[in-house]
Amino acid sequence: MVESLAAAQTMRGATISVLVENEAGVLARVIGLFTGRGYNIDSLTVAPVERDHSKSRITIVTTGTEMVIEQIKAQLDRLVPVYRVLDLSREGPHLARELALIKVIGTGNARQEALRLADAFRARVIDASTESFIFELTGATDKLDAFLDLMRPIGLAEVSRTGVAAIARGTKTIE
Amino acid sequence: MDGSIATTETMKSGAEALLRALKAQGVEVIFGYPGGAVLPIYDALFQQTDIRHILVRHEQAAVHAAEGYARSTGKVGVVLVTSGPGATNAVTGLVDALMDSIPVVCLTGQVPTHLIGNDAFQEADTTGITRQATKHNYLVKRSQDLSRVIHEAFHVAKTGRPGPVLVDLPKDILIAPAPYSEPSHAPHRSYRPRTEPDAQRIAEAIHLLKRSERPIVYTGGGVINAGPEASRLLMEFVRLTGFPCTSTLMGLGAYPASDPQFLGMLGMHGTFEANMVMHGADVMLNLGARFDDRVTGRLNAFSPGSKKIHADIDPSSINKSVAVDVAIIGDAAATLRALIAAWKRDSHKQDRDALAQWWQQIDVWRSKNSLRFTQNRDPGSIIKPQYAIQQLYKATRGRETYISTEVGQHQMWAAQHFKFDKPNRWMTSGGLGTMGYGLPAAMGVQIAHPDALVIDIAGEASILMNIQEMGTLAQYRLPVKIFILNNQYMGMVRQWQELLHGNRYSESYSEALPDFVKLAESFHAVGLRAETVDDLDRVIAEMIAVDRPVIADICVDQKENVFPMIPSGAAHNEMLLGPEHKGENGVPPKMSGAEEGMVLV
Repeated sequence: MVESLAAAQTMRGATISVLVENEAGVLARVIGLFTGRGYNIDSLTVAPVERDHSKSRITIVTTGTEMVIEQIKAQLDRLVPVYRVLDLSREGPHLARELALIKVIGTGNARQEALRLADAFRARVIDASTESFIFELTGATDKLDAFLDLMRPIGLAEVSRTGVAAIARGTKTIE
Repeated sequence: MDGSIATTETMKSGAEALLRALKAQGVEVIFGYPGGAVLPIYDALFQQTDIRHILVRHEQAAVHAAEGYARSTGKVGVVLVTSGPGATNAVTGLVDALMDSIPVVCLTGQVPTHLIGNDAFQEADTTGITRQATKHNYLVKRSQDLSRVIHEAFHVAKTGRPGPVLVDLPKDILIAPAPYSEPSHAPHRSYRPRTEPDAQRIAEAIHLLKRSERPIVYTGGGVINAGPEASRLLMEFVRLTGFPCTSTLMGLGAYPASDPQFLGMLGMHGTFEANMVMHGADVMLNLGARFDDRVTGRLNAFSPGSKKIHADIDPSSINKSVAVDVAIIGDAAATLRALIAAWKRDSHKQDRDALAQWWQQIDVWRSKNSLRFTQNRDPGSIIKPQYAIQQLYKATRGRETYISTEVGQHQMWAAQHFKFDKPNRWMTSGGLGTMGYGLPAAMGVQIAHPDALVIDIAGEASILMNIQEMGTLAQYRLPVKIFILNNQYMGMVRQWQELLHGNRYSESYSEALPDFVKLAESFHAVGLRAETVDDLDRVIAEMIAVDRPVIADICVDQKENVFPMIPSGAAHNEMLLGPEHKGENGVPPKMSGAEEGMVLV
């Protein structure tokens, strides 16, 4: 691994999927690893993925130099309840999506504009009052960011985002 | 560990099931301290004779004792402490074992499951607190999990890169009847450390090693942890290749220190020749060491011209701080076996002339005799600490000797001047640097090796951190020898203050010290003192001859510093040598005010 200094210092983003035993404390182990060793967490999601709830899948979006990302993967892999660590950003094409619930408050023109933009972004209205909408929007992180930027001047009041869930394209699986 | 259906039998209490599991794991000794939450275990211990319980005086000491036991035997050390303060007191020991990769299983009591989270008496979130202090930990919430978790804890502690594993045991689980099942041999669901090296990587390593002109073998604690066979194979490999070999603090003893191919310890207080060889090497083989900052010095100046091969059982150790050319994941013994076989198989002829030239250069460096010091032998002269270690070493030749240390200058002098020819004879706190480690560790060693000579080389400041264990020595008649290099300073702190902080000795003077001779006597031990050089050999001889615990208070030169020294932030070829070397070439004179070094530790 003889790299030029510049390449070694370049930061990259990584989307890492971690398949873990669904047991108490496993998320704390993963988060503790990141805080304890000073790694970034841009987004983290977790939920059981087996029918019997025996395994959970954690998706972590992080940034770091190549050496740091490799460290993160190695450190995750040595946690006892971890089955598999997959660096989706390095394992060929993958899909990454998150969901946001977005509350916009306003009346008159702003309200009309919000609806038009939501339509353009294929956000669904899941709640409405005379002065507000709640939109549900699913997509890549930058799409959600773009929608929120547009909503901000016309009455964006509150956001709840799930963080990223990701999966490899094609027949490849994590196990 | 699950999967296979083991036959189960119901035990009358969880505590009984626990002890049965410990017996099945081959446990003979537990280091512990009782308390409310673990009373059911103590009751069960009382009613059996297979497992011996050693009552320590502080929970931290229980863990260090278990570490000493583990490091000197290769077995898993076992600790038993109560909930709350029992568990929190054990934390330093757990982190120590984690940093030095020592297999320990720590059993902690916990309040009953229905009280967890209620701020009950002596409740602490033990698994939460120790998550980053252990390799893995468990909270047993159901009786049916108990024996499986205990078996699994031992498996995790001793396999892969060893480390401490904690099992938190709520009191109701210990009281209620519990099923017992034997250890399962099915592989663990998610934890499967790799031990056999990849053949391709071995071939790449041999390709580099065979073509090397200035090679170095740099070994660490991983070789010790892989068992005595790994040390034997290391000897075979080093002899086969004719390469020079150096070791980290943790790896001392894996390769015999008295062998001419051994260059001594490397790193911050390593020998001149070891560090110069690291700096000038063209191919480096790292076996079971982790490029620790005490070893590498300034990273961007670390061994700049070498191709680096790193063999380690822990993939996360590889490319962590130093980028390497060939990474081998595997157990040190398996790796060495594969390297030896591949070396013999490879038909490429080694350049023996280049190697001979390399050795000539090494001999020039070695002739500097960087560990030398001057001891005035006139009666009444003050004792140099290095001389005290050297005389201690000489006096212990021909005996089965185990050395532990505390942390500081005395630790470095012991590493430099006490020569270890066998693995598992040297217990020191390397990664965490825990003052107070040596006495309890020596206790654990003496329990495992009742007939051996066990010496804690100590400083007068460190020894006070777990001095209460003198009581344990007395109770179990453990003839541990405590050899205090007493310079009335936290010597390493004083050294850094002298070199980096303008001689401002802030809080490093050991004020109001006890009289260690009287202190020994009050703990039913023997107290001895050497005040001048003519006392030294007599005190050492008497210390060794007495079949009781001894504190030998060796009054040494207060101003002595540990050299060579690579100041933090300096490179391997920027060593400071001792005052004996003034005016010699290659010794950078400046030191104080090295501001970059001040930020580093």
